Amino acid sequence: MNFDDTPQEAEFRATARAWISANAPKQYEEELRKSSLGRTVLKNANILEVAKAWQKKKADAGWACLHWPKEYGGRGSSPIERVIWSQEEGPFGQLSRMFIIGHGMCGPTMMAFAREEHKRTYLPPLASGEKVWCQLFSEPAGGSDVAGLRTRAEKDGDDWVINGQKIWTSGAHYSDYGILLTRTDPTVPKHKGLTMFFLDMKSPGVEVRPIKQASGASDFNEVYFTNVRIPDHQRLGEVGDGWNVSLTTLMNERSAIGAAVSTGFPELFEYCSSLMLDDGPAIEDRAVRSKLANWAVKASGLKYTSMRAISALSKGERPGPENSIGKLVAGSMIQDVATYALDLQGASGVVSGEDGELAGRFQAMLLRAPGTRVEGGTDEIMRNIIAERVLGLPGDIRVDKDVPFNKIPTKGRN
Amino acid sequence: MNFDFSDDQKQLRDQARKFLAEKCSPKAVRAVLDGKAPYDKELWKGLAEMGFLGVAIPEEFGGAGAGHLELCVIAEEMGRANAPVPFSSTVYLAAEALLIAGNDAQKKKWLPAIASGEAIGTLALFEGKGNPAPKNVKLTAANGVLNGIKKPVADGAIADFAVVAARTGSSGRDSDVSLFLVDLKAGGVEVKSLTNLDPTRGQAEIAFKDAKAEPLGAAGEGWSILTQVLDRAAVLCAFEQVGGSDRALEMGRDYALDRIAFGRQIGSFQAVKHMLADMYVSATLARSNSYYGAWALSTNAAELPEAAAAARISATQAFQHCAKNNIQVHGGMGFTWEFDCHMYYRRANAMALGLGSLSYWEDQLIDRMRKKNAA
Repeated sequence: MNFDDTPQEAEFRATARAWISANAPKQYEEELRKSSLGRTVLKNANILEVAKAWQKKKADAGWACLHWPKEYGGRGSSPIERVIWSQEEGPFGQLSRMFIIGHGMCGPTMMAFAREEHKRTYLPPLASGEKVWCQLFSEPAGGSDVAGLRTRAEKDGDDWVINGQKIWTSGAHYSDYGILLTRTDPTVPKHKGLTMFFLDMKSPGVEVRPIKQASGASDFNEVYFTNVRIPDHQRLGEVGDGWNVSLTTLMNERSAIGAAVSTGFPELFEYCSSLMLDDGPAIEDRAVRSKLANWAVKASGLKYTSMRAISALSKGERPGPENSIGKLVAGSMIQDVATYALDLQGASGVVSGEDGELAGRFQAMLLRAPGTRVEGGTDEIMRNIIAERVLGLPGDIRVDKDVPFNKIPTKGRN
Repeated sequence: MNFDFSDDQKQLRDQARKFLAEKCSPKAVRAVLDGKAPYDKELWKGLAEMGFLGVAIPEEFGGAGAGHLELCVIAEEMGRANAPVPFSSTVYLAAEALLIAGNDAQKKKWLPAIASGEAIGTLALFEGKGNPAPKNVKLTAANGVLNGIKKPVADGAIADFAVVAARTGSSGRDSDVSLFLVDLKAGGVEVKSLTNLDPTRGQAEIAFKDAKAEPLGAAGEGWSILTQVLDRAAVLCAFEQVGGSDRALEMGRDYALDRIAFGRQIGSFQAVKHMLADMYVSATLARSNSYYGAWALSTNAAELPEAAAAARISATQAFQHCAKNNIQVHGGMGFTWEFDCHMYYRRANAMALGLGSLSYWEDQLIDRMRKKNAA
């Protein structure tokens, strides 16, 4: 048992480190290091432009989308090399956030289902960050139950005509392309009538409206489709096979091994280490210490769970199911951590933004935290996944399973 | 990176699991629970024959000379089987204390006897309520004899010898404490069994009245040695707790699959599924923290104090959580003497206290994290 690189891994790490050290936008390092949930900002620069420039620089030197094949803009790296890169990229990895959906979900789906010429056309500029992609799955009528979506695609000649509405689309307002899950046949049970496409977000009839979140910020959008035409060659997978195609996308979403999940613990520990309470230093207060210890072992538990998965990758094995706990644990933890940090501030904890303690760091975290327990699979869906796929418990009873989609009730009560 | 046990170590774990499945069935645990014997002597003998008791004891002292990673995988299986034997007292506490502080003669006398199953050892630290602290050590040592009372002492009623913490100074510093070795079968020792939460591992009160004792380690070094022993035992106990957590989770999962209510498997209700998913989360966090502890223990890393405290807290929480919710999944049957659920509930809650309570270890963890940050 050890934490050492193999000679090959060590060599790769040294190469990556040297390149990052010579090329990363160091002027933003401090700000990126200090960013936390709900607050990743650069004071004197547009973060989208900085992110795109960094991504392009990486791509030009062969450091973008490491695990993708070279012909699609990647490096053809092994999974462990991808992990080592992200460890070395450190705070600059924050700049990849705007590409996560495109690189983590849209790219792999295109690779699995798009025509070869489309892959060669669209994937390299996606890898280099010149083109940004979004994922259009969730709808007002289908969140956790994404197969309940209602956006229609109807065949018209060689095109499909799209009408409907998507919601919670991250980054749609700056995206160039998107992958879109639609209903092509409402007369069959819900999972069987879906079809996937990709489309140009600048197509006529696409309208993007930002959602103002509970936190006040706008990271997500509603996207409306009015008679949007998509050529049939942009279909991904067979007509009616959209559910299976979407599973490829969602599996990739949850397989980002080694990606550090934000728990808020390092921020809280640092805060408590210098905070003075009425009776003395917070870190010497028994109640504070007990809380900190409980969160410390969750944070370290997640860290070493991730190390176990990385070890499996290093040996060329498939990581076990234990990585599925990360988002579930971190999501509610960061919410509790933020709540407690404010509790320690007493009445003044109510003051947020630049007027607040630490420029409102924990207030911003508190307001952003509810989203982490919903996005990418709610806590409840994550628990179902663990119960069913890891523990082998029965799936939920689905009363709409064999019912034609257009016969499923749409209202809870009258 | 290879943050995992080796194939040989995993094989040893499988071997231990198979051996314990055969020799340590719930029925065998129950025999001790029901008071038919103070511990399972046959099992103890078998563990010695398998080489498990001395797995981390060097060959020159009669052990297998493997290492602590090997001991960790065996500990996990001991916890899974809820083994009713004085393994933790003898192997994690007494043997570790001897390995850290014993002189050659002491090691030669006791370590081979531990490895062969002839000697049971324990640590006599506590004196009534309270957590490990130099000020709580009141038993005195002077002129080669001990006077005072220790309780609770795990496996005290069946132990042949004890490592005893005694007061040898009054400066108010840690150096007031020294350790001694006492042959419990000699004169001046009175042992009384205490009823306790987990009858499959006994607790005792031991009164020392001019009991002959020989120093273990240098005078005044007792507290420093004890701290190391407790850290090492914390990691090893964490593996028992991880094994117990996994078993409690499995029992709950199996029952949820078998039991029908309202016309369906109860494991199909989200309230039950989510409870079991949360048990899996705690057990997984505990396992990962314990692996880190195992790494620190096996390499004697500077991180051991912090890693041990984290493993201790996480594994204690997980075992308590899994054991209590296993009963909940079982409903009324889980609360009967006849079902095995309560054996894990008892063990989980007894183990949560044995090396000092959760709140003690929380405090230790934060102290140690601060020290690391300051360094």
